[in-house]
Amino acid sequence: MSTTTQPATRRGFNYKKFLANNGALVGLVVLCIALFIATPDFLTGQNLLNIGIQVSTVAVLAFGMTFVIVAGGIDLSVGAVAALSAMVSSWLFVSAGLPGWLALVGGLVAGLLAGVVNGLANAYGKLPSFIATLAMLSVARGLTLVISDGRPIKTPAEVSFLGGNLGPVPMPIVVLLVAALVASFLLNRTVIGRSMYAVGGNAEAARLSGLPVKRILVTVFALAGLFAALAGLLLAGRLDSAQPQAAAGYELDAIAAVVIGGASLSGGLGKISGTFVGALVLVVIRNGLNLLNVTSFWQQVVIGLVIALAVGVDVLRRKTRSS
Amino acid sequence: MSQQPLVTLQNVGKTFGPVTVIKDVTVSVYAGKVQVLLGENGAGKSTLIKMMAGVYQPDAGRIVVDGKTVTLPTTRAAEELGIATIHQELNLVPTMSIAENVMLGRMPTRHGMVDRSALRNRARAALNLIGLDIDVDTLVGELGIARQQLVEIAKALSINARILILDEPTAALTRHETESLFAVMADLRSRGVGMLFISHHLDEIAEVGDTVTVLRDGEFVAEVPASTPEDELVKLMVGRSIEDQYPRNTGAGTQPAGTQPAGILAVEHLSSTGRFSDITFTVRAGEVLGIAGLVGAGRTELIRAIAGADHYDSGTVTVRGQALPKGNIQAAIKAGIGHVPEDRKGQGLVTGASVNDNLGYATLASTARLGLADFAGQRSRAQAVATKLRIRMHTIDQAVGALSGGNQQKAVFGRWIIAASTVLLLDEPTRGVDVGAKVEIYELMNAITAAGGAIVMVSSELPEILGMSDRILVMRDGKLAGELTTAEATQDAVMTLAARDVDEKN
Repeated sequence: MSTTTQPATRRGFNYKKFLANNGALVGLVVLCIALFIATPDFLTGQNLLNIGIQVSTVAVLAFGMTFVIVAGGIDLSVGAVAALSAMVSSWLFVSAGLPGWLALVGGLVAGLLAGVVNGLANAYGKLPSFIATLAMLSVARGLTLVISDGRPIKTPAEVSFLGGNLGPVPMPIVVLLVAALVASFLLNRTVIGRSMYAVGGNAEAARLSGLPVKRILVTVFALAGLFAALAGLLLAGRLDSAQPQAAAGYELDAIAAVVIGGASLSGGLGKISGTFVGALVLVVIRNGLNLLNVTSFWQQVVIGLVIALAVGVDVLRRKTRSS
Repeated sequence: MSQQPLVTLQNVGKTFGPVTVIKDVTVSVYAGKVQVLLGENGAGKSTLIKMMAGVYQPDAGRIVVDGKTVTLPTTRAAEELGIATIHQELNLVPTMSIAENVMLGRMPTRHGMVDRSALRNRARAALNLIGLDIDVDTLVGELGIARQQLVEIAKALSINARILILDEPTAALTRHETESLFAVMADLRSRGVGMLFISHHLDEIAEVGDTVTVLRDGEFVAEVPASTPEDELVKLMVGRSIEDQYPRNTGAGTQPAGTQPAGILAVEHLSSTGRFSDITFTVRAGEVLGIAGLVGAGRTELIRAIAGADHYDSGTVTVRGQALPKGNIQAAIKAGIGHVPEDRKGQGLVTGASVNDNLGYATLASTARLGLADFAGQRSRAQAVATKLRIRMHTIDQAVGALSGGNQQKAVFGRWIIAASTVLLLDEPTRGVDVGAKVEIYELMNAITAAGGAIVMVSSELPEILGMSDRILVMRDGKLAGELTTAEATQDAVMTLAARDVDEKN
């Protein structure tokens, strides 16, 4: 390559395309800069750690949701499953007298099972995922209340450890990063992950190509359940107790994070990195509005507008690309 | 021609970004004439009709209607001037009645409520214009494609369309349905409606057209009478002469003399209630078995059952002596079956995913190690097969949906070539594929059989069945109606078997 072509290639770097493909990331950076200017409290170590802790729950839920949305479904039950898993874990520890680590595993298994049930109902029972998981939302929340009798139950030390610190670093952030790596690996590198994109893009074409679509769907919902359980344990660990109303409505945050991150609700598109950025956008906005003393009432309005804006930009982007 | 055209696109041009799609093309539609637009996929036909329909605005040249220069900023503006388009994908609401569809957007009302009897009467009148006799309360979704198309035409006429743009209206029709459409077109022509007709079926041009405008790479090539011989038209369209539209080198060359090649695929007494019954046949190595029949004869259902895509009630499917389990696609693929389904976009491809991904779905699991996808290997396999099949694309990471029909179809074939499938089940393999790419697909079929593979091909295009098959099975009402050798097979012989009594069924 001669040197004369270099300026051309540099000019060839398509920053417009970069902006269009990384809209959420650009938005996040702009947001952070704006908050840095608006308030001295934003860029402090403590605040950043807070953001990290807050994002951990949303992001872990949203990673699970990414699998489902990439595969063309939706999971409305992740918030309730998170609460149920944490409650099962605490119940196994307090009432059934299991060792703490086993109670922790039990909580994860509970989430996994709830996910498998969602998957079976969707893939084999032919229920639309919206309906199957709406039912699970109600069942899981109900079971949480039944088990706990409506009262919080304290968590075993192993679960509380997830909410604590590892040296100077909060454990939720460590768990978040590990979960992100695992989720990204699953989605990008494995056969099952690649199959999710095919199933979400065109389930019939995937089936006729020999992909085991039903098994893939069950796996997808099982993963969403497992990640929900992990998020539930993180949340309980921070409070040292499993709360019956924990994570209520979090499924909507998770969906919002995935969609802001560039996934399409019609399936076949989406990335873990995008979801991560989407979750950060949500949390940073909330954090910033708090710092600026905006009431939580107005916060909801702002969050709603951000979701509409993010998806609107995305729709526009796809339109310009396709023409 | 002394008569003034209804509409003329005069020296129009259109560019999208850096790409020039149409350059200096002139085409006119006259009252009572059928103007045919001919060109390969990507030649610019659809861009051209979109300019006439008010979807796109030309960057150069002008649009003249009744001698006056006009602009068509919207489809509504075009409709007001009497220009209506019947798209390939019909614009009907399947869950609403015929009457509601015909009157959509201009429902007659009384006191602010829909006037049901006026609605029915006006819709009835619209259907009468083309002699269509169906209950206007029928839901459109219950009609076959052919009838839906007629409903759309009636709808266009009811808004006083004088110029009908018909974008590949016959692509999804059987021969019989096509004939009734042509009868309607002939009637409209006698009543002074001007038509712009697009079709990939060359034989239809002389039958229904008056003059032909040939486009190639967005440029005007020639305007010739519709009676121009087919190979002449192909030559104009492709820019070179295609020696043989159906390059099947049958028999002798592929089979060593004296040895009877082994049967690879054997289907015995296969039955599926309501779909097909008691189907038995064998396909040998190196053979193309054509399956002819009318739409609804059970051909697609049979193919799908063999491929494992659907269950069946009784009978067996055997590949090289090994019986396949029912309804198990994975087992069929493992045994060497590759299925190229009828509906490329709906069943064959994940259109939003890349060419690379689409080529690799069938081999995703079999090439993986410890559950990890083999990215590098897949890429090189995909690249090799894309080069071999001459899939025209910018990069292998391009969305497959952005390719032309022929290249999309090659991608579906490519998937099975990577999977080393030896029994290919092809369902309408060249539907919506232009002439040049068709021949490439036929050559690919030849290569597969020459390598010892076997092909079962379902097609509604009789010339294709006759030209490419070594043996032809004809299906009627879910049963085998007969078997013809290449020597015996003629259009008449096939149709006699396929349609004992052709009456209005769908």
